[in-house]
Amino acid sequence: MSSLERRLAAVVGRNRVTTTKTDRLIYGFDAGRGRFLPEAVVYAESAEEVAAVMRLAGELKVPVVPRGAGSGLTGGALAVHGGIVLSLTRMNRILEIDTENLLAVVQPGVVTAELQAQVEKRGLFYPPDPASKEFSTIGGNVAECAGGPRCVKYGVTRDYVLGLEVVTPAGEIIHTGGRTLKNVVGFDLTRLFVGCEGTLGIATEITLRLLPKPEAKKTMLLFFSSIDGAAESVSAIISARIIPATLEFMDRATLACIRGRTEIDLPEECGAALIVEVDGCREWLDGEAARVMAVVAGRDVIGSVVAETEEESERIWQMRRAVSPAVREQAPDCFNEDIVVPRSKIPQMIRRLETLSVESGLPIVNFGHAGDGNIHVYILTDLREAGMEARVDALIEQVFAAAVELRGSISGEHGVGLAKARYLDMELSPDTIAYMRTLKRALDPDNILNPGKIFLRGRDDE
Amino acid sequence: MNNVLVQKTPGRHNVLEDFADAIQRCVRCGACQAYCPAWSAGRREGDVARGKVAVAAAMLAGELGRGAELESAARQDISLCLMCGSCTCGCPNDVPTAEIVGAIRREVAAEAGLSAVGVGVAALLGSKTLMRGVAAAGAALAPLMMEKVPESSGLRLRFPLDRLPAVGERILPAPAGKSLFARLPERIEGQPGRPKVAFFAGCAITWLFPQIGEKMVEVLVRLGCTVYLPKGQGCCGMPALSSGDGPLVSRLASANVRAFAPLNVDYIITACASCGSGIGEYYHTMGGDSAILAKKVVDFTVFLEEEGVCERLAALPRAVKRQKVCWHDPCHLKNRGILAPPRHLLAALPGVDFVEMEGASRCCGLGGTFSVHHSEESLLIGEKKVEGVQECGAELVATACPGCVMQLETSLCRAGLPARAVHLLELFGEAELAALAND
Repeated sequence: MSSLERRLAAVVGRNRVTTTKTDRLIYGFDAGRGRFLPEAVVYAESAEEVAAVMRLAGELKVPVVPRGAGSGLTGGALAVHGGIVLSLTRMNRILEIDTENLLAVVQPGVVTAELQAQVEKRGLFYPPDPASKEFSTIGGNVAECAGGPRCVKYGVTRDYVLGLEVVTPAGEIIHTGGRTLKNVVGFDLTRLFVGCEGTLGIATEITLRLLPKPEAKKTMLLFFSSIDGAAESVSAIISARIIPATLEFMDRATLACIRGRTEIDLPEECGAALIVEVDGCREWLDGEAARVMAVVAGRDVIGSVVAETEEESERIWQMRRAVSPAVREQAPDCFNEDIVVPRSKIPQMIRRLETLSVESGLPIVNFGHAGDGNIHVYILTDLREAGMEARVDALIEQVFAAAVELRGSISGEHGVGLAKARYLDMELSPDTIAYMRTLKRALDPDNILNPGKIFLRGRDDE
Repeated sequence: MNNVLVQKTPGRHNVLEDFADAIQRCVRCGACQAYCPAWSAGRREGDVARGKVAVAAAMLAGELGRGAELESAARQDISLCLMCGSCTCGCPNDVPTAEIVGAIRREVAAEAGLSAVGVGVAALLGSKTLMRGVAAAGAALAPLMMEKVPESSGLRLRFPLDRLPAVGERILPAPAGKSLFARLPERIEGQPGRPKVAFFAGCAITWLFPQIGEKMVEVLVRLGCTVYLPKGQGCCGMPALSSGDGPLVSRLASANVRAFAPLNVDYIITACASCGSGIGEYYHTMGGDSAILAKKVVDFTVFLEEEGVCERLAALPRAVKRQKVCWHDPCHLKNRGILAPPRHLLAALPGVDFVEMEGASRCCGLGGTFSVHHSEESLLIGEKKVEGVQECGAELVATACPGCVMQLETSLCRAGLPARAVHLLELFGEAELAALAND
């Protein structure tokens, strides 16, 4: 038993620490591309244990990397500088669903979809719905400020976090926000911790705002002959003051990937498709759907499917869910970037991506949450080809540059982590980055908590 | 001729190297967490498919030892798998984790002995005394009965007398006086022009639940089929597969090929989802004659639906007194895409009000020998399963796998719920049987 393991065992018990080669290997990755072996894995079961681990790590100057489902795409849960992976999956209790105040109190390891199922049984609604919601955890969602298709209408994770219990890098347990919608006492630390990617603190209890569950929804699938028609329709719907619950976009290349894998017949001449879902009062939905159809009319629409039943709606969403796996099968290596632009700039961004694909000679497949400007850009490639890595890097940089130029962002919902750290200065000024780093240094002077993330250099540059 | 069984070779088992491409296909997205019953019990990376595939990848890359040299923590992870295949159903890239786990278990067992596979090393999480009292359990399973069960039967792996959990933890089936083969002839002539079918009974139906087998044969006879019940048939091999005993699986496959090949039937019917998966799916991966046999295997729910049984049942007047019944998808039906036929049958039964339960396709937690080696996890998974039964208010949970019936009974009983678990065929009474007659 190593001395690190012995010290950790004294904190959480022998059964919840492991340093075996096997566990170090299998906790060495997340859903992204990186691989870094930790020295130990610890399963915490309470805030007190998390705090004790942080204090011990501070004393030993060993990094701590908090981890939920390990479903992040940018390396947020990777032990870049070794140290301890602190698994929070066993803190998975829904502590409270308050139907009078419309809020839920949960531990970080609760799976997003599980929370949604439980609140929906009570007629309530937790909107953020990242694609990984069936297995991602609320703690991870909070750390990365997860989004999803419904964000166009309902906003992202930060819009639902009312309060947090947080273990600080020094191992103290603090509380931010509370159980009220209004609260202006002191700094808004809740918002500081949401999206901090586990670098400033570890949320051990999360108070979430809930909404009443919408009574009904109506799903429409629209086919366009041109990509411009679809892109302009997105802007037109929003500027017509219609905010759909979801507004998803798929380009020609995306449709080619899923043709034959869905029960829905996709016309050959179809250059792009939109899925528009409106929700709310049942009586109101038909009118809202008609308004959407009126706005898109004349914009190269060549066909539409309006789901009248739950099954028909499910068929449309099944088609959308078929996209990611189908796209991944097109090439040995696939880079998934989640840029976001102001919604009115979608047509420009899409045209820019098409040009970049032609110029670079690399296929790009675009789809995603167009309604909030968030486009998933999949670059399909084979890294075994000589010089390919450099070509992909150059293309990604051009994609990011285009998003920033249109006053968008290089990441809408995946976070910076390890994967995007080197592009940070494309979007943020040196002073902005310096401000963030000052904050990090003040709160975590020894860079114990999730080092090597967001900023290019991690623990060895202090 | 591709479809003729020539009794040459039972085929061979895949080894870890055969899965190199499949292992590469895992993109580590973590989606398997949403489907894996072992993950829901332990919530460690090593519990879930992604972790096990990472172990397999590390073995192939030379980062972890092979066979007897495999680190005990890795063995524990490989042991903690119900081989239910749920992860593959939810996997965007169809990584066959259960098959990969099977290959690793065979590799470890071949080098380090069978006990190296199932026996968990000191459990990581919580204080677990996996095996508790033994003596009382032995009595419950009627050792006399077990004497009649062949050495090669999966029942000996599922209910090893020296390793059973204490009585009161688990419902064990009451022993049957006469096995299925002692109750029925080997061949029952049907009507001309009707299908010739063979019934593959499997160990649980043969020795523990012969009444289900009798009902199956009765249904087939009423449908006018010529029914064969070859006595030479043995265990399908699933428990042996789960234990990593490749040679035993091969022996059983050979025996089954010998028993069924000469009959030249149209279909081999199973009424146990696991057996169907064993002789229908696993034999397929072995190639050779086993794969040819596998092609004829049909689950009874599929066969009955194709024979128009749903329509005939639906034409019966609805019973005045009906029972609220929900359906549990055995993993080994779900994985073969058999979701609708049993539901259609249930909905058509005149004495049944069919209700869908939440988590119908969630594993019950039995997982072959998993419940023996990982009793505590198995019971935990079962606990989650029956929450859905309670919520939907069903009086009966119907399923199509005797193993699931036993596990569900255990879980319902432990949760103090009044609902009972039954095999779907047990819901066929005289009125239902009469409706099947062709004349």
